[in-house]
Amino acid sequence: MIRQFSQILLISLEKHIFINNLKYSTSALPRFSSEKYSIKRKNFGSLHDADLNYFRSLLSADRVITEESDVLPFNIDWIKNCRGQSKVVLKPKTTEEVSQILSYCNSKKLAVCPQGGNTGLVGGSVPVFDEIILHLGLMNKIISLDEISGALVCEAGCILENLDNHVREHNLIMPLDLGAKGSCHIGGNISTNAGGLRLLRYGNLHGSVLGIEAVKADGTIIDCLRTLKKDNTGYHLKHLFIGSEGTLGVVTKVAVHCPALPKAVTLGFFGVNCFENVLELYKSAKSSLGEILSAFEMADNGAISSTVENLKLSNPLGDFPFYVLIESSGSDEGHDNEKLNRFLTKEMETGHIIDGTVTSEPAKMRNIWNIRESIAGAGLVDGYVFKYDVSIPLQNYYDIVLLLRKRLGNKATRVYGYGHVGDGNIHINVTTPEYTKEVYEMLEPYIFEEVAKVRGSISAEHGVGFRKPQFIHYSKDETALHLMHGLKHFMDPNGILNPYKVLPD
Amino acid sequence: MSRVLVGVKRVIDYAVKIRVKPDKSGVVTDGVKHSMNPFDEIAVEEAVRMKEKKLAKEVIAVSCGPAQAQETLRTALAMGADRAIHVEVAGAEYETLQPIHVAKILAKISQDEKADLVIVGKQAIDDDSNQTAQMTAALLDWPQGTFASKVEKSDAGLTVTREIDGGLEVIKTKVPAVLSADLRLNEPRYATLPNIMKAKKKPMKKVSAKDLGVDLAPRIKVISVEDPPVRQAGSVVPDVDTLVAKLKEGGHV
Repeated sequence: MIRQFSQILLISLEKHIFINNLKYSTSALPRFSSEKYSIKRKNFGSLHDADLNYFRSLLSADRVITEESDVLPFNIDWIKNCRGQSKVVLKPKTTEEVSQILSYCNSKKLAVCPQGGNTGLVGGSVPVFDEIILHLGLMNKIISLDEISGALVCEAGCILENLDNHVREHNLIMPLDLGAKGSCHIGGNISTNAGGLRLLRYGNLHGSVLGIEAVKADGTIIDCLRTLKKDNTGYHLKHLFIGSEGTLGVVTKVAVHCPALPKAVTLGFFGVNCFENVLELYKSAKSSLGEILSAFEMADNGAISSTVENLKLSNPLGDFPFYVLIESSGSDEGHDNEKLNRFLTKEMETGHIIDGTVTSEPAKMRNIWNIRESIAGAGLVDGYVFKYDVSIPLQNYYDIVLLLRKRLGNKATRVYGYGHVGDGNIHINVTTPEYTKEVYEMLEPYIFEEVAKVRGSISAEHGVGFRKPQFIHYSKDETALHLMHGLKHFMDPNGILNPYKVLPD
Repeated sequence: MSRVLVGVKRVIDYAVKIRVKPDKSGVVTDGVKHSMNPFDEIAVEEAVRMKEKKLAKEVIAVSCGPAQAQETLRTALAMGADRAIHVEVAGAEYETLQPIHVAKILAKISQDEKADLVIVGKQAIDDDSNQTAQMTAALLDWPQGTFASKVEKSDAGLTVTREIDGGLEVIKTKVPAVLSADLRLNEPRYATLPNIMKAKKKPMKKVSAKDLGVDLAPRIKVISVEDPPVRQAGSVVPDVDTLVAKLKEGGHV
């Protein structure tokens, strides 16, 4: 009976995901981004009934969403930080439809906010004012998979986890994996150059993406959808769309290189008593595990405690100042285990590892990864989370957390750090009962100044989005910014694509 | 109470997608990740906790199966069992190994080892039989406390809280006895690194069913194994009225 009910009650996927994401929510709607951050609307056209009629004639009425309560989830980012005021969500099913929508919007100077799974952390995927939301969730077809080369071709709205499940059937694996995999779209991953948990092993998307089809602001379809590993014919245009966060074009189709599914995977979770030992362990893992090392993650005590206390997850180990997660992936279990055993025995003896657990059982590995991946959402239970994602040279990697703890004192509920040690990328979360300007001003631009001092990046993998354009100069010099502005003007002269994002005024 | 015997079964890991063999004779196990039956993990955990509370002196893990069953036994040893007995059952015999056989094996070893308590998972997640504990108790003519969600020492033996339909039942039992572990009995620990290392040196004895005098001739024949029916796609309805109409149409309200 219950099952029959749910068949009828199945609501649209994107709503479902939004509800899932909001399970952490505790309070009312966030303030409008434009008010919260004092932004002025740029001189774009305004949406009229005639525009809606055009979209309805183009897409069919059910793919033009205008009901306020239905549009609301598309206006808010999942960490409840940003809220736009869009009046309409468009759901194209084909590249041609995207092209026609953009061509129309460009002619009317209507601003557009492309949106994938809306799992971004810098407000890049939600509008700021009344930008038209271009949601790519219905462009979710897998076009082809070459089992020999590993080239997967699919539409931009495919959900990462679905793709991973699909390619696994053919003994392949997606080259990226991240906590949001159940909701995020491959098009969004590529537009934001998402990093994630497999970057250490498979490199970033500039290497894994073989081809892209994208639509320019004027509706021109740029076809760079090749599946070749080598293609030095002129400018490498696909890279323009990787990490430009929808400001240069809307990614509609992608070709991704999928590596072979590792036959043997082992995961270890270790307790470490100081950050110096985390680094020693990393050095040792690189040399002892070599080509089978596939992830090296760390989380401090505060990060793990947040999942234990806020999400009731169980920590397999006791209380330690730092936790390290090491994954090995290889093709021969015997060979891998031999290496791992030697490494672990040595590191227990040196004391770099105080305690730990190791498993090759899929269910247990999933539980351990779940602890690591849940950190991103766990802080929201405290009320509000200020999130930072920075790259810092490893010798200074953890200093910033200590500086912030001292600076904020009892003004923060928690200050914790976790991240991809192997990529020099740390996530810093500061949780408070609610958003306050006081804490905000203590954090920004302080944190970016500190990062700039050690020549780090103020955004390692989350992007610039809406939240960081005014700070981009900490990581990009004037000449680079000048070139970025030039490119933007050339690609999108009216500036309709994802305005108020990435580029400073 | 000095000795606790725990039965552990190697099953396909619950995070792995199960595939039925094309000839419908069973499920694909080759190259598929296996791990200890989760209910047996709970049984091991309970036995180890009894030892930690000094209610038991020794924990023996037993597994029936092919050579790989030793990996499952090593996990039990890493969790805190003291020694292991591997009853080797391989090939065609393993394919038709059933609860009655395992119960006979466990009963015989319990007598040989002079066990005071046998704990097994309430069922294995592969065949869902839920028979081994009951049969073992019957064969030994010992009392049984199945679906245990709490086990406490009492004067004459054990007080066992059982998860039954509609609530909980508390029983007292003398030892020796047979218990089966339900989900809420405890949360099994992860084997820690030092214990994983130590487990490699703990004793593991290999015996055959023949040594134990147990006949493994199958009593049940599997006729066909099939996938469950595929769930039909849902549909989106435009408004509440249509939803109510559809529910009425289907006879749900």
